[in-house]
Amino acid sequence: MRSLVPFVVMLVVAVAAFYLFPYNLAFLTRVVITMILVLSLDLILGVAGVSTLGQAAMYGSGAYAAGLFAIHVWHDPLAGLAVGAAAGAVVAFVSGLFLTRAHGLTLLMLTIAVTEVLQEIANKFSAITGGTDGLGGIRMGRVLGIWKFDFVGRTGYIYAVCVLFVVVVVLKIVIGSPFGLALRGIGDSPARMRAIGTPVTRRLIAAYTLSGAVAGLAGAMAAQSTALVSLGVYDFQLSAEAMIMLILGGTGRLWGALIGTAVFMTVHQVASSVDPFNWLFVIGLLVLAVVYAVPRGLLGLPDEVKRLLRRLK
Amino acid sequence: MTTLASILLDGVAYGMILFMISVGLTVTMGLMRVVNLAHGGFAMLGGAFTHWAMMSAGLPFPLAALAALIAVVILSVPMERVFYRPIYKMGELPQVLATIGITFLMIASVNYAMGSSLLSIPLPKVMSGAVDLGFRTLPTHRLYVLGAGVLVIVGLFVLIERTRFGIRLRAAVDHPGTAACLGIDTGRIFSLTFALGAGLAALGGILGAELLPIDAYYPLRYMILFLTVVAVGGMGSVAGSFVAALALGILDTAARYLFPEVGTIFFYLAMIVMLGLRPQGLLGRA
Repeated sequence: MRSLVPFVVMLVVAVAAFYLFPYNLAFLTRVVITMILVLSLDLILGVAGVSTLGQAAMYGSGAYAAGLFAIHVWHDPLAGLAVGAAAGAVVAFVSGLFLTRAHGLTLLMLTIAVTEVLQEIANKFSAITGGTDGLGGIRMGRVLGIWKFDFVGRTGYIYAVCVLFVVVVVLKIVIGSPFGLALRGIGDSPARMRAIGTPVTRRLIAAYTLSGAVAGLAGAMAAQSTALVSLGVYDFQLSAEAMIMLILGGTGRLWGALIGTAVFMTVHQVASSVDPFNWLFVIGLLVLAVVYAVPRGLLGLPDEVKRLLRRLK
Repeated sequence: MTTLASILLDGVAYGMILFMISVGLTVTMGLMRVVNLAHGGFAMLGGAFTHWAMMSAGLPFPLAALAALIAVVILSVPMERVFYRPIYKMGELPQVLATIGITFLMIASVNYAMGSSLLSIPLPKVMSGAVDLGFRTLPTHRLYVLGAGVLVIVGLFVLIERTRFGIRLRAAVDHPGTAACLGIDTGRIFSLTFALGAGLAALGGILGAELLPIDAYYPLRYMILFLTVVAVGGMGSVAGSFVAALALGILDTAARYLFPEVGTIFFYLAMIVMLGLRPQGLLGRA
């Protein structure tokens, strides 16, 4: 029963946000989509311990795939999501074949390079992708043939929240499965896992592919909700910010990804609307505060406070 | 033939700039095991200070550059103490995160003080002309860059291979624990090396402003470029980053001359291949 509590909290927060900020639904939808992206990062980085700065590679590919699919094939949203997820999975699988063998700085640089190559490809094939103008003219059909995407973004928000729920449930099940436990073991010590007979590289490729599918799903949602795909979906900054949000919230437990994203994006939004020129100060200080003060993220904050109180006694 | 010579000339000049900025990064990363994403920030600070000294204080270029260099070196010492020392012992991720935070603060500071527009560094007359090489003209500025690059590599070689400080530095890179046991003050070595790296980055930033123009977002824009040099060259290897910087500089220039339509794809593919073949870098140790 206790494991259901976070889901109830999530539902309450999602519903409350819907009624409290009816004029910010576009922003809220963006937050929910980013949560899905950060969740995908939590699987590969938080659980399996693969440090990557290239999550945008799968996110962007999912966005372009879903956008092109909607324009040329079928404008059904759910089919678009499937296509986006498939594109993310393919990109992750192919790049994962060599990425999962690298470590440290080399791994970081390779993940960045893959993203940059994809961005450059999208830029060069402007006849298909729209290049720097972006891929416009995406028109979405009704969700399940019933709910129409409205101008205020009500449908978009509810749709995104539903997808987020499904993703969280699926990832919870995956993390709790033997496969998930093997990943956690690899995150702690790949050598030990190899010694007890786990095929480490194969597990990592599988995890990276799954993570890529979820990231591609997030990209597809972004393409559908904004009806535009720009080259920015492959930006390095996106991968870096996803990592910041994840560590801010706390890695490896999924809920951290949700909390970190909500906090980071809210701070970002408020700071940049209060002072559009100097908000980067706030973000920089926030990031440093996380590293120096709460290294285990906001999820670790209660433990940290408890320890402090015990010391005071 | 002349195209080839042009590619070599421009590529080597570009590579020298890359080397100057990145070499500090490779040494500090090899020494302190810190994935430092903020290194380009020191290059930007060097350029920004120079711009300010020339525009507002009216100093001539050599003086302004010198003052900026000194300012960056002085600034880097307390920064290392306050921001970097706590993260040496942390994992890779907190390091990446912390140094991204530092980068953001640097960008925000320059943005706050000087705005987000281009911070130009007008060159003095002696450096701004062009030299006729027979088959083409070369901006005189590039000759200064080449000269400075050669000076830096020779100077670093002497410093690292021939001085007492160099011996201690190499010992600390090889094994900080053992070095400390032998009575080497590794904390001081860290500080000095960090300051040296920041100073070299500033020098590269100032001299390279023609090729990599300075503005507030410089550290983010070129972050990947500098890190590539380090990764390809091998962490902690000065010679490696020299070879990598020249190779990447020539490669990138060649791609621009010969296949202008492919853009930066070539650069990143080359990096993927090089890192795929030698994951620890060209001259890095496993």
